[in-house]
Amino acid sequence: MEIFKYKKSLSLMSKSRQFGILSIVLVGLSLGLILIKGFNYGIDFAGGTLVQVKYKGDAPIAQIREAIAKDKNYESATVTFFGSNEEVVIRTKSSSKALGEDVSDKMRTLLSTTGDFEVRRVDMVGAKVGSELREKGLMSMLLAIIGILIYVSFRFEWRFALASVMALMHDVTIAMGAVVLFGIEVNLDTLAALLTILGYSLNDTIIVFDRIREGIRTIKDPNLGNIIDESVTRTLSRTTLTSLTTFFVVLTLFLFGGEIIRGFSFTLLVGVIVGTYSSIFVASPILMWLKFSVSGFREKEALKVKREKEKEKMRAMYENGTI
Amino acid sequence: MKTLNFRVILFVFALIFGLVFSIPSLTQSDSGKKITLGLDLQGGLHMLLGIKSEVAIKSRIKSMAATIKYVFDDEEIIYDDIRILDDDSVSFEILDEDDTKKAKELLSKEIEGTVLTQDGLAFKLKMTPEEVERTKANAIKQAVDTIRNRLNEFGLAEPTVAKQGEDKILVEVPGIKTQADEQRIRELIARAAHLQLMAVDEDRVARVKTMSKNEAKSFGDVILLDVATPKKYLVKQIPILDGSMLTDAKVGFDKNNQPVINFSLNGQGAKIFGDFTAVSVGKRMAVVLDDKVYSAPNIRERIGGGRVQISGSFRIEEAHDLAIALRSGALLAPVVVMEKRSVGPSLGADSIKASSIALVLGFLLVVVFMVLYYGVAGVVADVALIANLFLILAIMSLFGATLTLPGMAGIVLTVGMAVDANVIINERIRELLHEGKSIGKSIEDGYNNAFTAILDANITTLIASVVLYVYGTGAIKGFALTMSIGILASMLTAIVGTHGIYQWLLPKIDKNRLGYWFGIKAEGKK
Repeated sequence: MEIFKYKKSLSLMSKSRQFGILSIVLVGLSLGLILIKGFNYGIDFAGGTLVQVKYKGDAPIAQIREAIAKDKNYESATVTFFGSNEEVVIRTKSSSKALGEDVSDKMRTLLSTTGDFEVRRVDMVGAKVGSELREKGLMSMLLAIIGILIYVSFRFEWRFALASVMALMHDVTIAMGAVVLFGIEVNLDTLAALLTILGYSLNDTIIVFDRIREGIRTIKDPNLGNIIDESVTRTLSRTTLTSLTTFFVVLTLFLFGGEIIRGFSFTLLVGVIVGTYSSIFVASPILMWLKFSVSGFREKEALKVKREKEKEKMRAMYENGTI
Repeated sequence: MKTLNFRVILFVFALIFGLVFSIPSLTQSDSGKKITLGLDLQGGLHMLLGIKSEVAIKSRIKSMAATIKYVFDDEEIIYDDIRILDDDSVSFEILDEDDTKKAKELLSKEIEGTVLTQDGLAFKLKMTPEEVERTKANAIKQAVDTIRNRLNEFGLAEPTVAKQGEDKILVEVPGIKTQADEQRIRELIARAAHLQLMAVDEDRVARVKTMSKNEAKSFGDVILLDVATPKKYLVKQIPILDGSMLTDAKVGFDKNNQPVINFSLNGQGAKIFGDFTAVSVGKRMAVVLDDKVYSAPNIRERIGGGRVQISGSFRIEEAHDLAIALRSGALLAPVVVMEKRSVGPSLGADSIKASSIALVLGFLLVVVFMVLYYGVAGVVADVALIANLFLILAIMSLFGATLTLPGMAGIVLTVGMAVDANVIINERIRELLHEGKSIGKSIEDGYNNAFTAILDANITTLIASVVLYVYGTGAIKGFALTMSIGILASMLTAIVGTHGIYQWLLPKIDKNRLGYWFGIKAEGKK
C-alpha cells in the first residue's frame, strides 16, 4: 500500500505565511487561556487530599456531599463522579501532617452512613511538597529544553536548534492551552505527558531537519525554500505514518487505559496532533525566518571536510615517517 | 552471499535473551529475577515523611542533663540546680570549688561534642554546632532504622524504608488490604515509643492542679497527664532513665487477664533503677510513654533485676504494636507526613487490566497496520517490535525495576514510537527502489541514509526521558525508565535486527514482487 506518492514537491514555503498566522493565533489563544483561566492544579502541585471511593451500586452523590459538609473543615470539598456512576472522587485542600488519624480516615468516618463503599485510593500531598514538586517540574522542563538545544546545536547548527526549540514551545504551549480549555487537572502525569510531547515533537522535527541537512548537501538548488519543500515532501509519508501509529496507541490509551491516566493520555493526544503539524508546517519556516544561509552552511561544511582531509594527510605523512 | 550474518545472530541472541529473562515476570514464578509491580498497580501505601529534628536536639539535651546528674551522684560531687534552658543548654552549679576540676574532666570524658562555660561556680553546657548537625543527621538515620525494624517485626511483605534527600524518609508498604490496616501501620510508624521512668515530685504534687507550666519549670518539674483519666502528675523534668536502656519488651497479662507490657533493662539501666528505688522507698515512680503517664506505682522496696511492667487499659492489638515499637527503639524525633499515596488492591488490579487492554489493542493496531502498508517489510518491523517488547521486560526484570501505571503507558507509547525507525527505513528503501536501484543497494543505502535521522531523533527523546527520570518522582520515574529502555532497545531491534533480517532474506526477495515484499508497485528497471 502506498498513500504518499509525490512526483513533484509540494510548495509549502509559499504558504508559510498562512501557517505562521494560524500558529501565532493558536499560541496566542493558548497563552491567553493559561494567563486568564489558569491551570487547574491537582493536588500534586497545589497540595491537598484526594479520596477515591467505590460504592456497591450507584454512588449517592448528594448524600455524600451532605455527609462531608457536616464537618466544617471540609466545606469546600468537591465530590465528582470518576469514570463510572459507582465511583466518586472527593477533593479537599486540606492535608494532615499527623501519621495517625488523617484526612482519609476522617472521610471514612464521615461517609460511614452513605452506604456500602470501599476506599480505593488516597493521595495526600502537603503544601510544602506540592510547591517543591512544582519547582522541580518547571526545572525539568527547562533542563530538557536546554539539553536539547545543546545537542541539536552540536549536531546541526544553532539556527536549527533555535527553530526546533521554538517549534517545541509552540507545541507545548498549545497542548497546555488545550489542557486549560478542557479543564484537565494538572498533576505529575500531565507534566510527564508534556515532557513526552517535548521529546516526541522534537523527534518529528529532527527527522525533517535531517532531511533538510541532507538536501543542502545533495540538492543543487541554492534556494533554501525549494530545499525545504523537497525535504518536507520526502519525509511527509514518514511523518504522517509515524504520527498515525503513535496516534493509534495513544488513542487506545485514552479510550481504554482507565480514568486515572486520562489526563495523561489526553495531553499526549493533543501533543501528537500539534507535534505533527508543527514539524511539517512550523519548524522549517522558522529556519527561513532565521535567515539560514545555504551557501554559508556549505562553505562551513566544505571547510570541515578540508580540515579532515588535511588531518588525514598529516597522519599519513606521520605514519610514513615524513614528519 | 552468506545466509547468516552477524546482525541476525545478534538479533536472535537478543530475542532469546528477551524471552528467557522476561519469563519469570510474565509467569510470575517464584524463582528468577522479575519486575516488581509498583504500588499503584499492586496496591499499597507510599509515604514521604519528614522529621522534627529540633525535638531530637531537645531530647539529646535532656539525656545530657540526666548523664550529668548520674555521673555527679556516682562520683559524689556536690551540685545543685541542674536545669535545661530554652536555648538548648544545661546549666548547673557546683557547690564545692575543689570539685570543679574533677567535674570538668568527667564531663569532657562522658559527654562528647559540647562546650562547657564557667562563670564562678555556675556552669553551662552547650552543644557545638557540629554536634547539632550530627544529632539531626543521626535522628534521620535512626528514624529510618527504627521504622524499618518496626515494619519488619510487624510481618509485612517487603516494606521499603529509605532516606530520601537530606531530610526525608521514603516508606513504601505493599500489600495492605484495607484502610483500617493502613491506619494501624501508620500509627505503628508514628509511635514515638519514648519510654521514661520519672520520679514524682512528692513535695509539690499536691499543688499540681493549680500550678502553671512555667511554675513547674521553675522547680525543675513538668506536668504530665494520665493516659486515660484527666488526672495530672508533677514529675521531675530529668528522667531516672529512658527507653534507650531497654533490652526487650513483650506482651503479657496481669492477674485480671489484662494485656500488659513487660520490659527488661540492660545492666546499666538495672543498676540505676535499683539505686533509685533503694533511696525512694515510699515515693511514687511514673511510667511515662510518649509524655503520657501510664501508671505511677508506689515504691515499696528496692527493685533489682531491671524488670518493669507497663499496664494501662490496652487492647491486645495495641499492646502488641506498642511492644514492637518499644523493642525497635524510640524515635528520636517525631515524624510528620509530607506526602501520602495509598492505593487499594482492587484499584491496582483494575489499572493493570485497563492498561493491558490498551497495550494489546494498540500493539495489534500497529502490527496490522504495518503489515497492510508494507507487506513483508511490515512483518519484519513487527518481529523487531515484538523482540523490543520482550527486551524491555527482560532488562527491567534483570534490574528488578518497578513497573508503575505510567510505566505501562510508557511501554504502550514505545510501541508507537519504536516502529518509527522502521517506517523511516522502509520509506527510504522505497524511495531508492522507485529511483530504480537494485534491491540489495536500496536496502544498504536505505539503512545508511536513515541512520543519522534515527540516531538524532532517539537521542533527543532520550534526553527528555533522562531529565524526567532524574527530576521525576515515584510513578513518573517508572514512565521515564520504560521509555528510556524502550528507546535503547529499539536501536538494537529496529535498526540492527531488521537490517540483519533483510540481509538474510535478500537472496529470496523477488524483484518482480515488490508489492509483496515492500508494499509498492514495482517500477524497477533492473
